[in-house]
Amino acid sequence: MARNSNNDRDVSRLRRGLAGLLMAGVLGVLSGSAGAAWQISLQEPVTALAKRVYDLHTLLTWVIGVIFFGVFAVVAYSLVFHRKSKGHKAADFHDNTTVEIAWTIVPTLILIAIAIPATSTLVQMRDTSQPDLTIKATGYQWKWGYEYVTGDAAGVKYMSVLATPRDQIENKSPKGEHYLLEVDHPLVVPVGKKVRMLLTASDVIHNWSVPAFAVKADAVPGFLRDTWFRAEKEGTYRGQCSELCGKDHGFMPVVVEVVSAEKYAAWAADQKKAMAAAADDPAKVWKLDELAARGEKVYAANCAACHQPTGQGLPPAFPALDGSKIVKGPKEGHLALVMKGKPGTAMAAFGAQLSDTDIAAVVTYERNAWNNKLGEVIQPAEVKALRGK
Amino acid sequence: MQASQHAAPAGHHEDASHGHGPTGLMRWITTTNHKDIGTMYLWFSFAMFLVGGAMSLVIRAELMSPGLQYVAPEFYNQMLTLHALIMVFGAIMPAFVGFANWMIPMMIGAPDMAFARMNNWSFWLLPPAAILLTTSLFVPGGAAGTGWTLYPPLSIQMGIGMDMAIFAVHILGMSSIMGSINIVTTILNMRTPGMTLMKMPLFCWTWLVTAFLLIASMPILAGAVTMLLTDRHFGTSFFNAAGGGDPVLFQHIFWFFGHPEVYIIALPAFGVVSHVIPAFSRKHLFGYTSMVYAIAAIGLISFFVWAHHMYVTGIPLTGQLYFMYATMLIAIPTGVKVFNWVTTMWRGSLSFETPMLFALGFLVLFTIGGLTGLVLAMTAVDIQLQDTYYVVAHFHYVMVAGALFSAYAGLYYWLPKWTGHMYNESLGKLHFWLSMIFFNIAFFPQHFLGLAGMPRRIPDYAQQFADFNLISSLGSFGFGFSQLLVLVVVFKAMKGGAKAEARPWDGARGLEWTVPSPAPHHTFEEPPPFDPAEAHG
Repeated sequence: MARNSNNDRDVSRLRRGLAGLLMAGVLGVLSGSAGAAWQISLQEPVTALAKRVYDLHTLLTWVIGVIFFGVFAVVAYSLVFHRKSKGHKAADFHDNTTVEIAWTIVPTLILIAIAIPATSTLVQMRDTSQPDLTIKATGYQWKWGYEYVTGDAAGVKYMSVLATPRDQIENKSPKGEHYLLEVDHPLVVPVGKKVRMLLTASDVIHNWSVPAFAVKADAVPGFLRDTWFRAEKEGTYRGQCSELCGKDHGFMPVVVEVVSAEKYAAWAADQKKAMAAAADDPAKVWKLDELAARGEKVYAANCAACHQPTGQGLPPAFPALDGSKIVKGPKEGHLALVMKGKPGTAMAAFGAQLSDTDIAAVVTYERNAWNNKLGEVIQPAEVKALRGK
Repeated sequence: MQASQHAAPAGHHEDASHGHGPTGLMRWITTTNHKDIGTMYLWFSFAMFLVGGAMSLVIRAELMSPGLQYVAPEFYNQMLTLHALIMVFGAIMPAFVGFANWMIPMMIGAPDMAFARMNNWSFWLLPPAAILLTTSLFVPGGAAGTGWTLYPPLSIQMGIGMDMAIFAVHILGMSSIMGSINIVTTILNMRTPGMTLMKMPLFCWTWLVTAFLLIASMPILAGAVTMLLTDRHFGTSFFNAAGGGDPVLFQHIFWFFGHPEVYIIALPAFGVVSHVIPAFSRKHLFGYTSMVYAIAAIGLISFFVWAHHMYVTGIPLTGQLYFMYATMLIAIPTGVKVFNWVTTMWRGSLSFETPMLFALGFLVLFTIGGLTGLVLAMTAVDIQLQDTYYVVAHFHYVMVAGALFSAYAGLYYWLPKWTGHMYNESLGKLHFWLSMIFFNIAFFPQHFLGLAGMPRRIPDYAQQFADFNLISSLGSFGFGFSQLLVLVVVFKAMKGGAKAEARPWDGARGLEWTVPSPAPHHTFEEPPPFDPAEAHG
C-alpha cells in the first residue's frame, strides 16, 4: 500500500517544488509517530475467504499502481520535454488507428485477467451451503439481536448493545481501548466451524459487518439474507453497522468472540441455564418498587437512546415522556404504543422484542419516574392479556 | 416578453449593453438571453457550492477527533444528507448547465438556445428548490437525515423535512429535463451550416449525451421519490415488506437513476477538459472520433451497471457477476479518453496557465478516482469496502477532483471571453496549488481509513481512526477556505485587468473565439461561416 502514498507524491511531482515539499512535509512529520493507528490496508484476515479478498485487493492495487505510473510517466515526460517555454514546437498529428486499437485491447486483456480471480472469490463467498452452525441476527435501531438456530446453543437468544459509557462519548471521561467497538454481550462462535448468518431487521435497513472475516451483508426488514464465515483463529473481532440506520448508526457495533469448541459448549450450557433461571413466573404479582427498579434497566437498554435518561426526549423527533399525555393517560394506550410502536416513526414495536414482564416493568417505570408519579403498577398478566389484540 | 426585441435587425449585435428592456433585478428575472441565464446558473451554483461546502466543514469539524464535540448525531446525519444533495443537484449540475448555456450557442454559431423562455423557467425553478432544501433544516424534526440516497424505511421515519427534500428533487428534475430538451434541440437544429455532428466541438458532444441521460434518468428519480411520498402519507407499500413491498426495490430504482447521474456530472467535465488540454498543448485533440464513441459508450453502459452500488443487499450471485463484468467494461472507454488526453499533450507545445493546471489536476486525480473505481467494481473486494471511507475517497476524487477541477479549468479558460478581462494569473495559480494540495491531504487518507474498516456516515469513530481523520479534517478546512480565492479572481476580472483579446489563448480553437471579448449580448444572429480550421478534431 506504500504505492498509494507514492501516487500521492507523484501527483505533486507534476510540478516540482512547493506542492511536493508541503505534502511530503505533512506526511513525514505525522508519520514520525507511526504506530498501529497508521494502518493503510485491509484488516488482517482471519478466514480463508478474507485472505483471498485481501490478496485480491493487493493484486488490484498493484495493477492500478502500475497503470497509474505507466500513464503518468508519459505525461511527466511531456510536461518536462514538450514545453513551450523550452521552445518545443507542437507536432501535428491527431489520429493513429493502430495505437487506438492497442489501447482498447490491452486494457480489455488486463480486465479479463483480473476478472478470473475476482469471479472465483465471489463464487466462494456466496456459498452458504452446509453450515456447521446457523445464527440469526436481527438489526434494531440501534442494537443487534442474536438467536442461535442450530448447534449446541440452539434456542439461546439475546440482545447485543454498545457497552461504551455515555461519558466517554461525550468526552467527560477518557476513552477505553475498544471505544465504540465494545458490546455487553458479544456473539460467541466456535473456531474452525462454518457459521451461517441469517440476517434481517425489525425497523430499517442495517448491515452486519466484520472486516476480519470479509463479511458484510444488509439486514433488510421483512426479508432474510444470509452470509457465512469460518474463523480460523480464536480471538475477538470487531465491526460496525455499515448502513446508515438513523441517529445512533455509529453506535451499534458488531463484536464476535471466536472460542475453542470446549469453551463454546460450556458457554452454550451456561446460557441455557441462565435463560431458564431468568425466565419469569408469568403469574407473579409484582410490587411497585421492584418492578420499577427492573423497568429502569429495561428503559436504559431500550428507550434511553431516544427518550433520554431524563425522560425529556429530543423533541420533536423523539418526544419527552416526562409529563407526556400518553404516559400520564390510560394505561391501555401507553401499553399499546410500547407494544405496537408508531408506524412511520422511529418508535419501534417492542411487543416482540421484550417479555411480558419487561414490558410491564418499563411501562410501570415510565408511569412513575420523573414527574409522572402515577403510583400505578402494571402486572405482566395485563400485558399478556393485551397480546394478540 | 423580450423575444420580439431579440429578433432585432442585423447589425444590432454589437450592442453589448443591450439598452432596451427591463433593467436592474427585472432584467435578470425576465431575461431570455443565454449568456445572462448562463451567468445566473454559474452564480447560483457557486452560492450553493459555498452552502454545501460549509456543511462539509461541519462534518469534518465533528470528525476531527473521536467523541461527540459540536453536533448531535441526528444533526450530523442531516448535514451529510444536505451536503450531498446540495453539491450534486445545486452546485455541480447547475455549474455545467451554466457552461452549456454560455458556450453551446457560441460554439455552434447559434444566436441563442432553442427555447429561450423555457430556458429562463429552467433556471428560475432552481432557487425555490434550493430554498426548500436549506430551510428544511429549520422545520420540526429537521432535514432528511438519510443520506442523499434517501433509502426507505429510514426515509419513511423522517419528518416534514423529508417531504421538502422530495419536492425539491421534483422541481430540480423538472428544471433538468427542460434544460436538457433545450440543449438537445439547440445542438441538433441550430448548428451553423457546414458544422456536421462529427465536426462539432467535443463539449457539445458531451452535453448532447448528458442531456439524453438526464431525460432518461430524471423521471426515474421523480418516480422513486413519488413512491416514497405515497408510502409516507397515502398508505401505499411500495417499499414496505409488511404490505407486500420491498425496501430494496427503491435502491434499484434510485441507482437506475443514480449511476447515469454520475456520468451526467462527469461527461460535461470530460468535455471541458477536451477543450482546455488541446488549447494549451497547441495541438488538435487526439482521436476525436474515438472520443465521441467513448462518450456515447459510457453514456449507454451507465444504464446497465446500477446494482454495483448494491453488492451487499443480497442480490443473487449471477446478478453480482453480471454487474461486476458490466462495470469493468466502463473502464475501457474511460481508459480511451485518458489515453487520448495524454496523447494530445504528447509532443505538443505545452504551457501551464491556470486552466491547463486545473485540467492536469483533473487528469491525475480523476485517474486515481477511476482506478479505485476499478477496485470497487470487483464485488468481493467491494464487499469489504462498501459503505466505508474508501468509497467516500473514491467518489470525491471523481466528483471534486473530476467535476469541480474541470469546472475551474473551464471557468479560467472562458472567463476572459465572459468578462473581457484577463484574470490574475498568479492568484489563479495559487488557487490551483492550494486546491490540489489540500484536496489530497483531505481525501487521500480516507482511502486508508476505509481499508482499515471505518464506516461512512458515522459522527464518531474508534480511536485507531483518529490520526488520519485529523489530517483529513485539516486538509478539508484548507481546501474549503482556498475556494474563496475564486471569488477574488472573478471579481477582479469583472472590475478590470488586462484587456482580453478575442482569442486570448493562442492554441484555442472554436467559433467562440471569433467574437470579441467580452462577448456581445447577442452573437451569431446570422450563422457564421464554418471554418474547418476551427473544428475540434
